[in-house]
Amino acid sequence: MAPLLLASVFVIATCGLVYELIAGTLASYLLGDSVTQFSTIIGCYLFAMGVGSWASRYVTRNLIAFFVRVEILVGLVGGASAAVLFLMFEHVGSFRVLLYAVVGLVGMLVGVEIPILLRILKDELEFKDLVSRVFTFDYIGALFASILFPLVLVPYLGLVRSSFLFGTLNVLVAGWVLIMVRRHVPALRLHMGAVLASLALLIGGFIGAERITALAETSSYAGTVIFAESSPYQRIVLTRRNEDLRLHLNGNLQFSSLDEYRYHEALVHPLLASLAAPRRVLVIGGGDGLAIREILKYPAVESITLVDLDPAMTRLFSTNPMLVSLNGGAFASPRVTVVNADAFLWLRDRTERQAPRFDAIVIDLPDPSNFSIGKLYSLSFYRLLDSILAEGGGFVVQSTSPLVARKSFWCVNNTIGAAGFVTSPYHAYVPSFGDWGYVLATRGSYRPPVEYPEGLRFLTIAGTAEMFRFPPDMARVETGIQRLDDQVLIHYFDDEWSSYLVY
Amino acid sequence: MARKPPTRRQVMAVGAAGGALLAAGALTLERAPDVVPGRILGADAAHGHRLRGGGFPPVTAERTTGVAIIGGGIAGLAAARHLTQRGFTDFTLFELESEAGGNAVSGRNDVSAYPWGAHYVPLATEESTEVRRLFEELGIITGYDAAGLPIYDEFMISAAPQERLFLHGRWQDGLVPLLGGSGAERAEFARFHERMEDFGARRGADGRRAFAIPVDASSADAHFRALDRETMKDWMNREGFTADRLHRHVDYCCRDDYGTSHEATSAWAGIHYFAARSGRAANAGPDAVVTWPEGNGWLVQRLARDCETRIETGMLAFRIEEGPRGVAIDILDTIKGTSFRVRARAAVLAVPRFIASRLLPRLDADGFTYAPWAVANITLGRVPEGRGQALAWDNVVFGSRLLGYVVATHQDLRMIAGRTVLTYYWPLSHLPPAEARQEALSRDIAGWQAIFLEELLRIHPELEGTVERVDVRVFGHAMIRPVPGFIWGEARRRALLSRPPVFAAHSDLGGMSIFEEAYVSGLGAARKALDYLAGMREG
Repeated sequence: MAPLLLASVFVIATCGLVYELIAGTLASYLLGDSVTQFSTIIGCYLFAMGVGSWASRYVTRNLIAFFVRVEILVGLVGGASAAVLFLMFEHVGSFRVLLYAVVGLVGMLVGVEIPILLRILKDELEFKDLVSRVFTFDYIGALFASILFPLVLVPYLGLVRSSFLFGTLNVLVAGWVLIMVRRHVPALRLHMGAVLASLALLIGGFIGAERITALAETSSYAGTVIFAESSPYQRIVLTRRNEDLRLHLNGNLQFSSLDEYRYHEALVHPLLASLAAPRRVLVIGGGDGLAIREILKYPAVESITLVDLDPAMTRLFSTNPMLVSLNGGAFASPRVTVVNADAFLWLRDRTERQAPRFDAIVIDLPDPSNFSIGKLYSLSFYRLLDSILAEGGGFVVQSTSPLVARKSFWCVNNTIGAAGFVTSPYHAYVPSFGDWGYVLATRGSYRPPVEYPEGLRFLTIAGTAEMFRFPPDMARVETGIQRLDDQVLIHYFDDEWSSYLVY
Repeated sequence: MARKPPTRRQVMAVGAAGGALLAAGALTLERAPDVVPGRILGADAAHGHRLRGGGFPPVTAERTTGVAIIGGGIAGLAAARHLTQRGFTDFTLFELESEAGGNAVSGRNDVSAYPWGAHYVPLATEESTEVRRLFEELGIITGYDAAGLPIYDEFMISAAPQERLFLHGRWQDGLVPLLGGSGAERAEFARFHERMEDFGARRGADGRRAFAIPVDASSADAHFRALDRETMKDWMNREGFTADRLHRHVDYCCRDDYGTSHEATSAWAGIHYFAARSGRAANAGPDAVVTWPEGNGWLVQRLARDCETRIETGMLAFRIEEGPRGVAIDILDTIKGTSFRVRARAAVLAVPRFIASRLLPRLDADGFTYAPWAVANITLGRVPEGRGQALAWDNVVFGSRLLGYVVATHQDLRMIAGRTVLTYYWPLSHLPPAEARQEALSRDIAGWQAIFLEELLRIHPELEGTVERVDVRVFGHAMIRPVPGFIWGEARRRALLSRPPVFAAHSDLGGMSIFEEAYVSGLGAARKALDYLAGMREG
């Protein structure tokens, strides 16, 4: 029996450390600050093991059966720990209480195991051999786990699956021991039944792990996830913390409800208010309807066409009450037409059909972070815009941060210039984004507005002039031109944002 | 140490058992590989090979046409288009396959159009006047800037990122292997590319470029042509280019353009790959090429556009007889299984030389050897990803015998292409051509699929379970092989001399299997045929 139990020491040690690592990693994922999380988790876990070891003295009868029961429990609790923590994250008041309770429970159970095992084996081996071998296996198991965890488990299985897998191993050890020592165990059938039921649960969890992780959207969001949906085009996640409602697309922040008015006022009004009477307006991107909310402040505007790729976005922002109140029910306006289409193809098609032109075009697309979106910042794209822009009209492009991504910003500006437009770049401070840039394009020279519509919270005529001035650290630089066959902007953007730790 | 404690082996065994359990757990995550649908398409080998054995059905009918064009690849189509443009419509083009196109043939499914072979053309060089004119006529070149540089249609220029290379488990930008290379290697690459640039800028005593497209516009200087007498590999070693990586890279380039390894390719041809693409554009970099989702199939459709009604497919010409009043060509209608005779005043023989020599015994094909290729088109439920550089148009695995894949939807302007088609290329240069052909013809579709998918799923584990279809096409004689002595040798020189009323046209006459050679050759043959017919009328 001794070799069997020693082998089980190895498995137990591996499982025990894996649970600890899973809890630490999960806490870092969910709560951030990995140093604190790992320190407190390890501390709590080791302390709980101590409690378990101490408590083991109160176990006096039928050690083997007790050991089997503890094994089953460790397997169940430890195995399900990652899934439980993931799933409960959004639903419990204080996540830390749950976290440390789970860690404490697993720690105690693991802490009971080794003393009990020592006692089972004490008659079979000499004391010096006993401790030497048990601890040798214990530490080898720990090493095995610590290497396995970062290299195999996290990258290939993920936390939830790893946790179920090791829970299964724990229960298998219980079953194995049970079979080997069946003569010494009372109520063998009950124990065997418990083993099988636990195995079924854990294996079921292992198979369904993907769904569990999908249910529990957590990762890197600073706030509670209140809505998550994967459209064919992107992952849409809404988070909330107190009054701060935030939209993330593929993990990138799109707006914070606390300061989005700054961004959208600055995006829309310097162009719209500068035009005599803009009647037909086109919005490219902007599926949140927030730019439309601003455009609707102009009574002269007769029609707004919004072209956004993703129907899931426009649907969400025209139905969800919280979001509808944020965009002022923009999509319900009879002046608004939504077209869910790919902007480039729509534009090409439109140029060929020679449909009526637009007086103003507002381009509110995600930042140029990949080659797909980069096409919508290209020379070819801006040239197509020229063919749908009415006489005397203009367009404006959100153009990332001229402070963080100075070359990127000026690359957008220079590309629009190369397409034959007069550019008027400007910037505004949006706390959740930073100092943010826009490029306004016209065919003739741009004349800033003399009057804004009522009810703006951020823009003033006096403040507008300031927005068009760039301090030396954001001043214009020479750049390449973003072309379909040579997307320099993507390289600039990548370099600049990756070197900025603050954002 | 006592015997009793567990030995190291036992400890390891426990560890291994744990590992095995884990592995078993991981395996349950993957479903058993499904059988992927697909079939082998391809040059009509069964019919083609009848040319060797003979035994055709007797000729039972006779037709007449002014000019018979045999072969509907780029050369034949170029000839047909030229005749049509010149108002000469009394011609018929006979093509063996079910559609015209030759190496530039393409396919289409519900996801995208995709190439089966040739998939791009470099910017037209100064010497490629005919190709440049074609580009203007087809709207590929839309105008010229103040400096006289052509402006290309920006949607036809290969979109960024153009190329990436899989090396050390990561994708890097460009095809030159730099990732993890030593300083000495980088220096050798730099020196090599400097040499190639120098060759690109050189002109001979005759004022011509040392390396030009088309090939016959190149300088006749003996010291350049001497490079045709040794292999690329030998030349590199002689010049002190010995880095393994550089050799692999150059070998890749030779297999890419000629289907032939660099130890079998002539140094002149090997250098030509790097030095001859001198075309420039006003609105693209010097390395840009023009391409379309269906590859050069786009050009095929446009070349054939105005003469489609005069193209007959499924027609295997098997004998040509020359007479004082023209030619008699015996043709097997492979669909009906009957043969007929076509009497024409002249013929454009737009087939590879080894076929031409079987049709017309006075022609010989000595010295003409051809590289077999296999091409797979793989339909996927999602686009490939990968660490490092983002998905490019051309994606190459360093050190692989396969050439990598081209993404058919890369020119697509849409943001997200959910499904896509990859065209995977493999020049069968691992064996001598005849053996490689034999091996290729004996392989079934499952065998081909296994080869292509093994590599694809190894570099893209995320594609597991998303492979919808894998079709394979085998080109038994895809490319003329520019082995040492071929390009500037006697065999090619003799083959270039046409004798009325039969005018030969094929890229193999230019010594390399590229669009420009085929097009120029076809155009030349059509012109000669028209001149000849005009001469006959006067005479």
